[in-house]
Amino acid sequence: MGMTLVEKILARAANLKRVSPSDIIIVNVDIAMSHDTTTPLAIKPFFEIADSVFDKNKIVICFDHVVPPANINAAILHKKIRDFIKKLGLVNVHMEGVCHQILAEKYVIPGYVVIGADSHTCTHGALGAFATGVGSTDIATVYALGKIWLRVPESFKINIEGRLKKGVYAKDVILYIIGEMGADGAVYKSIEFSGKVVKDFSISSRLTLTNMVIEMGAMNGIIEADEKTFEYTGGRGIPFKSDKDAEYEEVFNFDVSNLEPQVACPHNVDNVTDISEVEGIEIDQAFIGTCTNGRVEDIEIAARILDGRRIKSNVRLIVTPASNRVYMECLRRGYIQKLLEAGAIVTNPGCGACLGRHQGVLAPGEVCVSTSNRNFMGRMGSPEAKIYLASPAVAAASAVEGRIADPRRYL
Amino acid sequence: MRVWKFGDNINTDYITPGRLNLTDDPRELAKIAFKEYRPEFAEKVKPGDVIVAGKNFGCGSSRETAPVALKAAGIRAVIAKSFARIFFRNAINIGLPVIICKDADKIEEGDVLEINFKEGWIKILNRNLVLRCEKLPDFILDIIEAGGLVNYLKKHKGFG
Repeated sequence: MGMTLVEKILARAANLKRVSPSDIIIVNVDIAMSHDTTTPLAIKPFFEIADSVFDKNKIVICFDHVVPPANINAAILHKKIRDFIKKLGLVNVHMEGVCHQILAEKYVIPGYVVIGADSHTCTHGALGAFATGVGSTDIATVYALGKIWLRVPESFKINIEGRLKKGVYAKDVILYIIGEMGADGAVYKSIEFSGKVVKDFSISSRLTLTNMVIEMGAMNGIIEADEKTFEYTGGRGIPFKSDKDAEYEEVFNFDVSNLEPQVACPHNVDNVTDISEVEGIEIDQAFIGTCTNGRVEDIEIAARILDGRRIKSNVRLIVTPASNRVYMECLRRGYIQKLLEAGAIVTNPGCGACLGRHQGVLAPGEVCVSTSNRNFMGRMGSPEAKIYLASPAVAAASAVEGRIADPRRYL
Repeated sequence: MRVWKFGDNINTDYITPGRLNLTDDPRELAKIAFKEYRPEFAEKVKPGDVIVAGKNFGCGSSRETAPVALKAAGIRAVIAKSFARIFFRNAINIGLPVIICKDADKIEEGDVLEINFKEGWIKILNRNLVLRCEKLPDFILDIIEAGGLVNYLKKHKGFG
């Protein structure tokens, strides 16, 4: 029996010839990451077992969840983390964007094992790496030992075939798939994406796809590295491929040729519908950004739709580039100017409004169209607010009309 | 002892809302547990209480504040039909016992429970009913027995 590329990556990292689903293995970690929400609870467990880290070069700490700190409590936590960084002499420290964007830009290459203290660490599977999220105690022990225990996951294969219609993007595809699979449809599974649509996607779109596999419970999502991936990483990385006779617990085939723009309605990510079902619902805020949809490709679509237009009076449009690199590229291409001229608020890179701590908190009764990945009750502010998840195109078109709008009439 | 029942897909934003969990103090975290989703929880929860939930308990964010808050609030164990992967790891790592029971919905608020994690069963003492649970791998039971991952690593001097 052959192995999947995930099994091959894990076997290599565990110094084993082969691994099989349900094996418990001890894996060497290539990149370990935590941020300003998950690092504080890692400090105490770390010092209980170590006084120095396993390898400074393999540890990345990002300040992104509330950056700069928006209140005293956040500032106190930041200070604790900065003291921890100083004490250990850590070198890879970033305050210039969402951790997953920073990792995708600077650290992750195909074949790596990436362990991050954030649930959306699954994003990095788009680059042919095994990447999964953990909590603070786990990351503390990785920082100390460079190792983690993992249970080898069973694998699902998701083939995405067909040709996407104009105005339909990776975000619509992954929302649709989550709607079909359900919020617990892939708990603990490894999801390998393949098919023509995935192959044709840019790296940015692939990152959107794998970013959201956690919303159906998956341990990781992965896309086999190809020429696009190696162009992106400058040729670095190991090109693992799944064997022809690799074992998948289940194979799912989706043809997305007739897919319409998708929207996840309150208060669950798997509550997904065609845009026609929700068009016209009045909104108070549109938010474009996050590890899901805050890259150049996403902001480009928004700038194209908003070019020469004004957003609806009395509506907030918040745009948060995913990183400084994204921000600078959007500036260079003139997208930021177009967004500002349209009336948008452009914030500093980071997680921004996604988790309701700052930069666009919702009042009771308010409605937001967001390009983020979670619409849980209370996620972006008041538990009485409503969050609709959609693509950047839907968010931009909705900001123009002041209600949930189909972007295709603007493209 | 009280049983607190919850449904399917209870996410960690409901357990410790993102806006409120700006602290690393377990006692402060206990005060915000389910603050908006179930406002009476933090006020009325007592040491030794048990959470009984449906599918995919603890889905969403990887925040460890969620199991830390429940443990600090006095929760003795979380029983669910299934758990989200990261919450499950986090709970085990910090020494909050968790057990997977497909028949969790047979447990009612007011039931008195005896739980055997090692053998994988729950006895409902007041109704003389035994529910079979999933038996966890020995490696994970060892971590639970040690009281969490840090104690396990100290005891075994690393992963052995």
